[in-house]
Amino acid sequence: MSKVQTGLRYSEEHEWLDTDAAPAKIGVSAVAADALGDVVYLDLPEVGSELTAGTTCGEIESTKSVSDLYSPVSGTVVEINQEAIDNPALVNEDPYGAGWLFTVEVTSEGPLLSPEEYASKNGGEL
Amino acid sequence: MTAEPQIAANQAEEKRTALYERHAALGASFTDFGGWQMPLKYGSELAEHRAVREAAGLFDLSHMGEVWVTGPDAGAFLDYALVGKLSAIAVGKAKYSLICAEDGGIIDDLIVYRVAEEDYLVVPNAGNAATVAAELEARRDRFTAGGNAEGCALRDASAETSLIAVQGPNAEAIVLQLVSDEHAEAVTGLKYYAAVQVEAAGVPVLLARTGYTGEDGFELFVANDRAAELWDAVRAAGEGRDLVPCGLASRDSLRLEAGMPLYGNELSREVTPFEAGLGGVVALKSKEGDFVGRARLQAKKDDGVGTTSGRRLVGLRGLGRRAARSHYAVLKDGQKVGEVTSGQPSPTLGYPVAMAYVDVELAEPGTKLEVDLRGKAEPFEVVALPFYKRQK
Repeated sequence: MSKVQTGLRYSEEHEWLDTDAAPAKIGVSAVAADALGDVVYLDLPEVGSELTAGTTCGEIESTKSVSDLYSPVSGTVVEINQEAIDNPALVNEDPYGAGWLFTVEVTSEGPLLSPEEYASKNGGEL
Repeated sequence: MTAEPQIAANQAEEKRTALYERHAALGASFTDFGGWQMPLKYGSELAEHRAVREAAGLFDLSHMGEVWVTGPDAGAFLDYALVGKLSAIAVGKAKYSLICAEDGGIIDDLIVYRVAEEDYLVVPNAGNAATVAAELEARRDRFTAGGNAEGCALRDASAETSLIAVQGPNAEAIVLQLVSDEHAEAVTGLKYYAAVQVEAAGVPVLLARTGYTGEDGFELFVANDRAAELWDAVRAAGEGRDLVPCGLASRDSLRLEAGMPLYGNELSREVTPFEAGLGGVVALKSKEGDFVGRARLQAKKDDGVGTTSGRRLVGLRGLGRRAARSHYAVLKDGQKVGEVTSGQPSPTLGYPVAMAYVDVELAEPGTKLEVDLRGKAEPFEVVALPFYKRQK
């Protein structure tokens, strides 16, 4: 079963948010990465762009499908993970670590779930 | 991220193959295919795809149908029921064919094996197996009306038959390991689209040199109650030969690279063989008698459907990084000229590939088109199929 990492919070759309990091770090859950299949292409928001919580900010393309990325927070994009853009397999291999997607200077948060809530809803394993 | 349907697929109650427990023990993620719970992948579908291209892959295809047609009139009946000339298949050989409706639309694509003089095995797709079996019954009743009903008996063996495929450059070595020395020549001498009844690891199988991956390989038909035993034996024979269990995700990417159509994507009731580039499968010239769909197929051929009028299935190569997907619109100068039927990034070639129906005048290789990728027109070029051809 796909791992749901503790110490993070999750959106309904399967992004994770780490607000212990400064600026806050965002990626996709292992539940989502496993369901997508091998990720082959990432379209991430530009550094400096303004995000609105709950709206699309990019795309994640796997061998089988392409899905929208939603921002779990509002704020300004500080950094995007160039290593993951160059090697999208990192999203599958290490979704909570080397496969992070971007960091944001957060102004406000959208609705978020605890790891327990997210895991029970999506069949993940804490 | 939007949720993917596979997340919930495990909960659905569906048919399981005799190998389901093997897949579960290997940690497969399952998907629904034609009403069956089938392994989508065991780990990375890209790794499974590469294993088939470079070494060998093992597939459970037990969801496919198996309908036996037997008796002295079996060949003549199949000539009537299908579009090909099946009576001309030599014993021990196989033929790709289609079953069409009266209007020429494709009900399914099939492989037909002539196992013995009066024994044919028809293999339809999983999702169409019941439809094809029922359609064959109905056509048999029409064919034998007032005549000898015993001349072509039908038996749907789908529920009791499993099918395992071993595909890839190491497939022959693996299968050789399973047969006795006296049968080794039957394996090495087995031609593409030929089949032979042998024992593999002591299990009676119909061993066919067929596949859906673009590689050399074998398909093994086996009784359900011996399937797990055979699966284990194949895996044991694959040790040291980099044999990897493979799911339907890699099966789909492999067949797409090989330019092979998938029923439900490229083929459907709304498509005739001529549009799908399968006109050669329709034996309008070599069959003298009537067959189901003949009149409409002849008319469509005379109208130039798929060659000078209507639409045609083509290969598309993406010139950017992003892949086209099923149902995306194909554009020329901003106008819709077709629709994508299958598409994804090609793991072997490293660029996006797709199949699509386009207006026939735009079907020439080299034609520059665009695909509407979620609101953005991206450049694609028509290329000849297949995208990938193995070095022999």
